[in-house]
Amino acid sequence: MKIRTLGRHVREGVKNLGRNGWMSFASISAVTFTLFILGVFLILAMNVNYFAQSVEQQVEIRVFMADLTTKENMQKFEQDVRALDKVQSVEFISKEEGLKQFKESMGEKAYLFDGLEKGNPLPDAFVVKTKLPQDTPIVANQIKKMEFVRSLNYGEGTVEKLFAATDTVRNVGIGFIIGLGFTAMFLIANTIKLTIVARRREIEIMKLVGATNWFIRWPFFVEGLLMGVTGALIPIIMLGVGYYYLLDAIRSSFEATQLFKLLPLFPLVNQVALALLAIGAFIGIWGSLVSVRRFLRV
Amino acid sequence: MIEMFDVWKTYPNGTSALKGVNIRIEKGEFVYVVGPSGAGKSTFIKLMYREEKPSKGQIFLGGFNVSRIKERQIPTVRRSIGVVFQDFKLLPTLTVFENVAFAMEVIESNPKQIKPRVMDVLGLVKLKHKAKMLPNELSGGEQQRVALARALVNSPGIIIADEPTGNLDPETSWEIMKLFEEINQRGTTVVMATHNREIVNTMRKRVIAIEAGQIARDEQRGEYGYED
Repeated sequence: MKIRTLGRHVREGVKNLGRNGWMSFASISAVTFTLFILGVFLILAMNVNYFAQSVEQQVEIRVFMADLTTKENMQKFEQDVRALDKVQSVEFISKEEGLKQFKESMGEKAYLFDGLEKGNPLPDAFVVKTKLPQDTPIVANQIKKMEFVRSLNYGEGTVEKLFAATDTVRNVGIGFIIGLGFTAMFLIANTIKLTIVARRREIEIMKLVGATNWFIRWPFFVEGLLMGVTGALIPIIMLGVGYYYLLDAIRSSFEATQLFKLLPLFPLVNQVALALLAIGAFIGIWGSLVSVRRFLRV
Repeated sequence: MIEMFDVWKTYPNGTSALKGVNIRIEKGEFVYVVGPSGAGKSTFIKLMYREEKPSKGQIFLGGFNVSRIKERQIPTVRRSIGVVFQDFKLLPTLTVFENVAFAMEVIESNPKQIKPRVMDVLGLVKLKHKAKMLPNELSGGEQQRVALARALVNSPGIIIADEPTGNLDPETSWEIMKLFEEINQRGTTVVMATHNREIVNTMRKRVIAIEAGQIARDEQRGEYGYED
């Protein structure tokens, strides 16, 4: 295609937006409205996922070593655990360190345990984290069978329930987003179809004087793209500003800060903006091309 | 220029519009296609510019086998034909000039050539002075002249007209007919379906009569031959 022709198509596409002012307005509104709802769900889903992840990441395996395990054996054990596929990190906590942590966790009552340092009853321990939190039970089972292990603890039972819950939340979120995406597509395709029906005579004449199908399609392509992108810009701005104020409101209240751990404004807004722009452009183009196809068979 | 060999057309609803039509139209001829309503005139015309495909048979037009061409070759065929309709088919939002220029833009003509060529053709149909008007500001005859200018602007070898005077009063019909005559004398082949008895009988051109999907008559210097 010649550059000149491309220029003509872009000009025509823009002109058509104006020429069919109300129809364009209706299409853009449809895009705006559906993408706004989609955006809200996207932000919600991303935050739920973030929350689920932060909960999952707190899952760890505490391995307590048998008394009188030698230093060499300890080191050998650590190496063996590190060598496991699914293990991300292994941290050694000596019995002294363990006691310190324990006392810290007791807060004001820590003095009750003063003096335990001499006959420290705590075992040496390792804290093992897996690459995927979901692998925790598997790794725990592998470690359990190893030598020098007295016992281990990863919150058996509770952890499995937690993962089941976070998975459900994620799947529901994805399902919702896919559903909304399809609704948006059909809504937009329908509105664009109306604008094209109003111009079937124009298409008919273009075909009669020998325009190629792509020559006819291009302006609609441009028009759909513009509608989709314009329709996406409005919800992006609304969601960005809205999220900023939401974070602001949460930050100003201590209870809320404890309760909700939300994703920071960036890069969340960038990601959502990118997603909405891509979806907007895609459904705009797709909607107009699908609708124009019916009228090309003259 | 145009040839049809044993052309049949049956529509999906079962109507047989054409049943074995054979015809040969030479370059530079002026042909009227007459016949009762529903006899197959429109189908005959539509097959030429490939709005319809024959169910059987071959159609050749200006070097193309229209009955065999692929979808993406249709634009090439249409560029060698100018089509004029009873209802003009002008775009109401475009000016007279733009309506005619549209046909050139659409086939990606050089923009520098568009303006002089459009004004040329508008001069031929005597509408230069109304170039900036919108179609609904013109009379029916003037609108049909714009449509004719649009059909001519890309210098096609053939002009196909489906009842071009069907919506016009007798006097205006004559003006339009004189324009077709002029175009034909410049070498363009003209095929026109019409119900206008007076014009056919006065002009004395070749007349092809289609009845019940078949060629009933084909006469040089023929007459309309039907009571209205």
